[in-house]
Amino acid sequence: MAQAMIQMEGVSKWFGSFQVLRDIDLEVARGERIVICGPSGSGKSTLIRCINRLEEHQQGRIVVGGVELTGNLKRIEAVRRDVGMVFQHFNLFPHLTVLENLVLGPVWVLGLPRRAAEEKAMHYLERVHIADQADKHPGQLSGGQQQRVAIARSLCMEPKVMLFDEPTSALDPEMVTEVLDVMVGLAEDAGMTMLCVTHEMGFARQVADRVIFMDQGRIVEQNTPEAFFDAPANERTRLFLSRILH
Amino acid sequence: MVREATGAAPDIPPAGAAAWLKARLFSSPANILLTVLAAWLLLMLLPAAVEWLFVLPDFHASTPQQCQAAGGACWAFIAAKHRLILFGLYPYDEQWRPLLVTAMLVGIIVCSGVRRFWRPWLLGAWCVVLVCSAVLMWGGVFGLSHVEDSLWGGLPLTLILSVFGIAFAFPLGILLALGRRSEMPVIKALSVIYIELIRGVPLISLLFMSSVMLPLFLPEGFSIDKLLRAQIAIIMFAAAYIAETVRGGLQAIPKGQYEAAAALGLTYWQQVRKIVLPQALRVVMAPLASIFISLFKDTSLVVVIGIFDLTQAAKAAIADAQWHGFSIEAYLFIACIYFVFCYAISRYSQGLEKRLKYESA
Repeated sequence: MAQAMIQMEGVSKWFGSFQVLRDIDLEVARGERIVICGPSGSGKSTLIRCINRLEEHQQGRIVVGGVELTGNLKRIEAVRRDVGMVFQHFNLFPHLTVLENLVLGPVWVLGLPRRAAEEKAMHYLERVHIADQADKHPGQLSGGQQQRVAIARSLCMEPKVMLFDEPTSALDPEMVTEVLDVMVGLAEDAGMTMLCVTHEMGFARQVADRVIFMDQGRIVEQNTPEAFFDAPANERTRLFLSRILH
Repeated sequence: MVREATGAAPDIPPAGAAAWLKARLFSSPANILLTVLAAWLLLMLLPAAVEWLFVLPDFHASTPQQCQAAGGACWAFIAAKHRLILFGLYPYDEQWRPLLVTAMLVGIIVCSGVRRFWRPWLLGAWCVVLVCSAVLMWGGVFGLSHVEDSLWGGLPLTLILSVFGIAFAFPLGILLALGRRSEMPVIKALSVIYIELIRGVPLISLLFMSSVMLPLFLPEGFSIDKLLRAQIAIIMFAAAYIAETVRGGLQAIPKGQYEAAAALGLTYWQQVRKIVLPQALRVVMAPLASIFISLFKDTSLVVVIGIFDLTQAAKAAIADAQWHGFSIEAYLFIACIYFVFCYAISRYSQGLEKRLKYESA
């Protein structure tokens, strides 16, 4: 069996005395697409933020692409080069134009020449259908447009893994579809490993290989979308699904 | 026409000078009182000032006696003493050198304010200007006579102290601000101690310490130039204030910006340079300009350790027994010079702030 893209073994994390992650074991295969859901405060965002070490885990092991995450800065930077992240609040750089937002990583982290980086940026902007806005500043775009730019910014780094941290929950309802469409397109390309924290269950059904349900810092249930939605095994999963599906 | 189409007009103030006056100056009893008071003050001050400055003085006067006979401001005093005030004790025949240095420094500062010139060669130009300034001021080479820096004075000295002060204090202040927010306990502690110590001490005492106490601690026969010591004191002082101001800007940046930059894989210094500082400095542009302005004026405190800056030069000019009693003219003259520079900084920062705001809108 090929080596897993992400391995988490017995990962625990505390915020002060509050334990957010309890003994998490998770293995993600290359190219696997995972949707993580669960009630707020269940630790799902913290879980994926541990994968690129925006949060530090205090117990257990996390290995991403064969590199174990420790306090070593070189390792952290190596992992972050391979792991893209899309945030709930987009986190575009407001002082830079859309194009400059996209060029920054390839030029400074990957060492690409500016021309090549700009070509690549335009390629990904076209892919998220927003190439005509390249010279605007993020503040001039709608939420949906900003989130698509943020996705393109991550793609410019050609990551092996993409993490989505509730990418549609800060958007106005009419803009959710345009972002989800881009994400579906991305998921249909073979090869990209995706972990997506979201409550968009339609999206989960359409693209996920596996759905994970978390509660109180634990992985309570994981299964294929069909089995997960049609025959949830755990009582808490059933309760959660009944709340968000109606 | 629009107004007709939409029916009743909203509360748009009617046009016309009378209406404007009524709305702005006489809208309420308190407002009327303030207007009358302000008008009375202007009436008291303005004619008297104009008379003293322009009407009474004899513009052809060339001696103190003629000045006193005419009354009003004695512009002949400035005509006679402007070179002493501007250049201090620098040898009279060599004063073209500090003049050239002043022109070069002002020139490079103005160039640095134009964004089109923000290219690598500007840094080179700065180096050239600084080397040329040093050569011109000290001399001793290229057939220029050597001039001790204890003879430097006036405007060039004030400019040198403040330009070098800003040039070194600004990066130092940024480092201290970053240090204070660092997660490394030693760096953080050192930054906090430095900032709090310096901010707890007046600049005057720092200057005294640098000129009187520092030599006591240095080994025998080892001395640092007095001017350099004053310069270092000014830099250290300004850096602490700049650090606290910049820290305010750093705090205004949302956590998400750091996270997005880190998630891209940027190193700490890349994050600082590309993401954090450009945004933080934008936020604190106005208070930074205030610090630069007060640094420019605070250089006048070097008079206490006997350095001959613009203010000290003006005092020296007043001290001339022959031209007794024209201190107002001298102080007015240097006040105008200080004002021109400070106002320029202020206007420039306002313009820059507006442009940057527009860009990231």
